[in-house]
Amino acid sequence: MSDIIQKTAAELSQALAAKTVSAVEVAQAFIARTEAVEDRVKAFNSRDAEWTLAQAKASDERRAAGDAAGPLDGVPVALKDILAVKDQPLTCSSRMLENFVSPYDAHVTELLKAQGAVLWGRLNMDEFAMGSSTENSAFHTSRNPWNTDCVPGGSSGGSAACVAALEAPLSIGSDTGGSIRQPAAFCGVVGLKPTYGLVSRYGLAAFASSLDQIGPFARTVEDAALLLQAIAGHDRRDSTSYKTKLPDYRAALTEKEGPWTIGVPRECFAEGLDPEIKAAVQDAIAFYEKDGHTVQEVSLPMTEYAIPTYYILATAEASSNLARYDGIRYTHRSKNAADAVDLYFKSRAEGFGPEVKRRIILGTYVLSSGYYDAYYLRAQKIRTLIRQEFMQAFESVDTILTPTTPTPSFQVGAKEDPLAMYLNDIYTINVNLAGLPGISVPCGFTSSKLPIGLQLIGKPFAEDELLAVAHRYEQAHGWKDAVAQL
Amino acid sequence: MPSEKIDIDYVARLARIDLTEEEKVTFAEQLGNILAYVDKLNQVDVSGVEPMAHAFALENVLDDDEPGPALTVKDALRNAPAQRDNQIVVPKVVEDA
Repeated sequence: MSDIIQKTAAELSQALAAKTVSAVEVAQAFIARTEAVEDRVKAFNSRDAEWTLAQAKASDERRAAGDAAGPLDGVPVALKDILAVKDQPLTCSSRMLENFVSPYDAHVTELLKAQGAVLWGRLNMDEFAMGSSTENSAFHTSRNPWNTDCVPGGSSGGSAACVAALEAPLSIGSDTGGSIRQPAAFCGVVGLKPTYGLVSRYGLAAFASSLDQIGPFARTVEDAALLLQAIAGHDRRDSTSYKTKLPDYRAALTEKEGPWTIGVPRECFAEGLDPEIKAAVQDAIAFYEKDGHTVQEVSLPMTEYAIPTYYILATAEASSNLARYDGIRYTHRSKNAADAVDLYFKSRAEGFGPEVKRRIILGTYVLSSGYYDAYYLRAQKIRTLIRQEFMQAFESVDTILTPTTPTPSFQVGAKEDPLAMYLNDIYTINVNLAGLPGISVPCGFTSSKLPIGLQLIGKPFAEDELLAVAHRYEQAHGWKDAVAQL
Repeated sequence: MPSEKIDIDYVARLARIDLTEEEKVTFAEQLGNILAYVDKLNQVDVSGVEPMAHAFALENVLDDDEPGPALTVKDALRNAPAQRDNQIVVPKVVEDA
């Protein structure tokens, strides 16, 4: 195995700056690695090696001229197939957009290009980001690099799998109810969902607009900090983009040392939690105590209502957002339609997969006349209570610690009941409802060698402190260098 | 909260999706289970609670009324399933007189 692909993004950045390696050599190494393992991992929907190498060559030319753009110049980054990259496909892993080519760049794409990142491949996901395993992709199911019989998680399963399989040092995903943190936990990598509003959603195909956030995947917390720095910041094209002065996230890793008060919700060791995950999380709690921080129990009783609240709000928003896929302007168009109205019905029937249809139907139902107050309005009020409960807890603690998922990764095909799949999001979903930042960091392995994730939740826009708390834990644990054997 | 059976034909019509008979049966059952599960939201006292649409208060973002860069017609139409004379072609929507 080439030693280039083993390097973290921070190490690659340093080697590129020292000119001990070129961006073309780096890109070639990750392309070769992908060619070697991708038939087993299936992280990508599409790749364009020629395009990627051309970007790497341009990066080398900039550096030779003394114009390197920043720490990511020459570092490969792969994107979830839900973000617009001009002249590249954007499928959302859906038949509906199978032939769609983006006419413009997402805000995140513009930022990455401007900073010299070398964009690599389009990563598989659950169709329109609806799912927890990539099994809802219309194209194929991605595999967990630690055990290729198992799922990588979802919806950003390709983003997690490609970093765990060393097919890219960094990737981008999106998280509506856990879609970055859950696959990060399943694949043994770091995944961060920023505070709602920190990263512009311009050019992100919308699922549930009040919950969606874009965030980084990496093998280390430091790399996640580097990538967050590159993509965060205000953008006037997203009306929910927040104006805030950005801290130096990487510097914060060493500058912020605590001691911190870490809250552990009483509810998080509830029924359904895998005993090995419970033990690993309790070890993490013991680590923070030993490291001189205060661990304090907090209570988040509304957690019980997070999943039903989420499935009302997210499906309602999705039913409205996905109305744009009409068969008329830029999507799949049915060839069997009798007239213009029938064209909508048939194009959508042919273009959407079962989970997307199920959620659109549910969302349409909860918004329909006579049910709006009972479902949607009530769920929005409960969302207020969930947020209030978190903000109350943050009056006495700096960070909240939970498992990322109740179970480790599961076998492909093991969960056929949609409701059982939804319950996998129990620890992540309330973070989206409250709009808070959350990170999953590797927290050891089960006896069957599947990764475990530790979730840390921060105050709004306190990603600097959240990353520092996660970094502290990561630095003290040996498995941060563990790599899946493929 | 109503826990009656979902009228799948009616809702599919609102959502503009043709469902097969098989899908109707499967979805009706699955959605029934999901609705029974979300029924637990009835346990929560929400009297006097303000609904929350976003994680923080939003303000309108207003722009000056000045033309700026936009997609070209060619770019805007590049993914159109059918086009003619810089326009998207659709099936006829008015009846013959």
